[in-house]
Amino acid sequence: MTCTDFQSMRRLIVFMPLGLLSLLTSGCQPAASSSPEIVIGHFASMTGSEATFGQSTDNGIKLAVDEINAAGGINGKQIRLITYDDKGDAREAGTAVTRLTTKDGVVAVLGEVASGLSLAGAPVCQESGVPMVTPSSTNPKVTKIGDMIFRVCFIDPFQGSVCAKFASEHAGLKAGKAAILTDQASPYSVGLQEEFQKAFEKLGGKVVTKQTYQAGDQDFSAQLTAIRSSEPDVVFVPGYYTDVGNVALQARKLGLTTPLLGGDGWDSSKLGEIAGSAIDGCFYSNHYSQEDPNPRVQEFIKKYSERHKQTPDGLAALGYDAARILFAAMKRAKSLDGKALAAELAQTTNFEGVTGNISIDGDRNAVKSAVILEMKDGKPKYVTTIQPGA
Amino acid sequence: MTRTPDSRRNNGSASHAEVTASASDSQSGFVGNTLMGLMPFAVGIVLASLLHFVLPHVIPGRAGPYYSRIVTDIGIAIIMAVSLNIVNGMTGQFSIGHAGFMTLGGYMAAFMSYYGSMYLWGSAETHGGFLGTGELLFVMSCISGGLLAAGAGYVVGLPSLRLRGDYLAIVTLGFGEIIRVILQQTGKVIDNAQALKTGGLSQMIPPPVGGALGFDDVPKYTNLFWVYTILTVTLVVAYRLKRSGLGRAMISVREDEIAAQAMGVNIARQKVLAFVIAAFFAGVAGGLFAHERGVILSPKDAGFQRSFDYVIMTVLGGRGSITGVMLAAGLLTALPEFLREFEQYRLIVYALLLIIMMLVRPQGLLGIHEIWDLWPRRRSTSLPSSTVATSATSSPEAR
Repeated sequence: MTCTDFQSMRRLIVFMPLGLLSLLTSGCQPAASSSPEIVIGHFASMTGSEATFGQSTDNGIKLAVDEINAAGGINGKQIRLITYDDKGDAREAGTAVTRLTTKDGVVAVLGEVASGLSLAGAPVCQESGVPMVTPSSTNPKVTKIGDMIFRVCFIDPFQGSVCAKFASEHAGLKAGKAAILTDQASPYSVGLQEEFQKAFEKLGGKVVTKQTYQAGDQDFSAQLTAIRSSEPDVVFVPGYYTDVGNVALQARKLGLTTPLLGGDGWDSSKLGEIAGSAIDGCFYSNHYSQEDPNPRVQEFIKKYSERHKQTPDGLAALGYDAARILFAAMKRAKSLDGKALAAELAQTTNFEGVTGNISIDGDRNAVKSAVILEMKDGKPKYVTTIQPGA
Repeated sequence: MTRTPDSRRNNGSASHAEVTASASDSQSGFVGNTLMGLMPFAVGIVLASLLHFVLPHVIPGRAGPYYSRIVTDIGIAIIMAVSLNIVNGMTGQFSIGHAGFMTLGGYMAAFMSYYGSMYLWGSAETHGGFLGTGELLFVMSCISGGLLAAGAGYVVGLPSLRLRGDYLAIVTLGFGEIIRVILQQTGKVIDNAQALKTGGLSQMIPPPVGGALGFDDVPKYTNLFWVYTILTVTLVVAYRLKRSGLGRAMISVREDEIAAQAMGVNIARQKVLAFVIAAFFAGVAGGLFAHERGVILSPKDAGFQRSFDYVIMTVLGGRGSITGVMLAAGLLTALPEFLREFEQYRLIVYALLLIIMMLVRPQGLLGIHEIWDLWPRRRSTSLPSSTVATSATSSPEAR
């Protein structure tokens, strides 16, 4: 072996342990041990483009945690909530859930809003045997991951059929022809669109045109012109509120006066601000209505506004319900072991939540009603409630 | 003396050894050189297996999977950053579409392993144990992902012959966005093995890889062993490339294109080659990423945000410094996790640290040096690293 050979070998060997370096510096703290408190985890998009979703949900959960702690906790143990940000990134979501279930040793995980992120976190929970309750992931695939994964919101097929049913049966619409405008970058939008079309065609309706856009687009005139020429009775726009606001403004400018119809992605106080009067007379399905006279809804709105100085949107209400359903199951469970807790969660029937009476079915999905809201003067007004199976 | 293309690819010191060896016995010298050439791979694989089998057991409590995951992510980030460094650091081009190659390779690999498993075993569960048939399929998938990405790298490399600097950056940015939008148009994942077998080829158009929702259900094969084995290959190739005539030619393109051309360096070839090599490793890293637990490959991954993560790693590490980039990649991947205590201010702290690091060391952590150059004793005995710049002129001769 020559001298230079040997040197280059030694250099190459230096390379290898570098990967180990960060591990060594990271330090190894012992995991959380049994303490007089119960730790639950929440992973959410607290930063990034969907930050409002994560923050609303987290506020709702915090309210529920405060309430249960004020009432003496669960069997004398206080609840401690750990919230981790995932930046709206699937890889970070997986890492955050791994940290919650292993290093932090939480008994249950709440989250995520976006279905794509729930799908990243759920397998980790399933594998480590920690129950996960997602407040608002509507994609059917999420709970199919395994028997540890639950949800407290309705699923896309139900919401799609609710919208289709409403479109074809509501007195003001009686739609036979629908146009669809989908955000093709959003799994939520694509999924809802498919389910709407299925249900609408089953009810005898016809989808006359399908147009797409990308979240963040500013100009929708090409799509809206195509929709106008197909003369639909209703335009289904299953997008998020920022884009929907622009769509409404430009549709009215183009002389397209057909009512727009959408899903829970519309639910934001920003919608009225963006679209103004252009959105009036349009409908969307949602998890709950702030106008619901039900005392438990009004009490929740009052408490939430006091604590967080803003009115709760649907995601906050779902976060609150998810946490309360989890706490109710914890109270009933004999132990906080993952399996026992999951079994109790599955037993949830007729839980009186803010977003309706919630029962968990055999597929660990919530069976509950949806409400239809109509935009009037920039504010959502309650129109009707559609029950599951109706 | 037999001089194969293989031995030519070895670094400068190896060819020097070859000359001395040929004086005595050419045959045994060749065997010895080959063995020596394979040594780093052997060392890397041994270290990778150590990491794989020992790491989860030395961490107290239940935190093993968490730290294993961070170390896995660090490994993938290093492969990405070191390969991007071949284009951005060594050849001096400015690519901000590296995540596009990664995602393309990842989708290809996931497509092969998912539908391969469905076809062979009727389900997308992991199959076989450590080094079993399932893992074989997984490695083959990753390599084909790398090959597809390399093909794309060739296509993207071509415009770089006419464009440089900001203009090339826009082309690579556009590439990533094109990949993202195309992947959004793909079909639903077929999860029924029976339907898959009877469905014929028409169901493969457009490719059923999940559209906007992302490609879930991919069998989760990625583990520390494979990540660090592939990392070893990446590092050895990057290091030997840097020390070879080819690498010197690339560096000469970075330093001064006109001078390099005047000395006989084929600039076009060097640039395209850099893109192809970098894209290959990015594609393989994409395969590792796609098969990692708790990850869903989605079209969003091809967007520029993720590309920028890797650009930051190469800039922070120092242009052309392999060890510097490794350090930066490890640091930037682990840092957000260790900043979790700051909660929502985490990303502000992270960005602040980046700004401070760039202010303190504008040339990157290690500049153009490697980590061992920090030991002054070695500088006199070994080839001085300052030859990096001067080698630009001598490189045509080396080729």
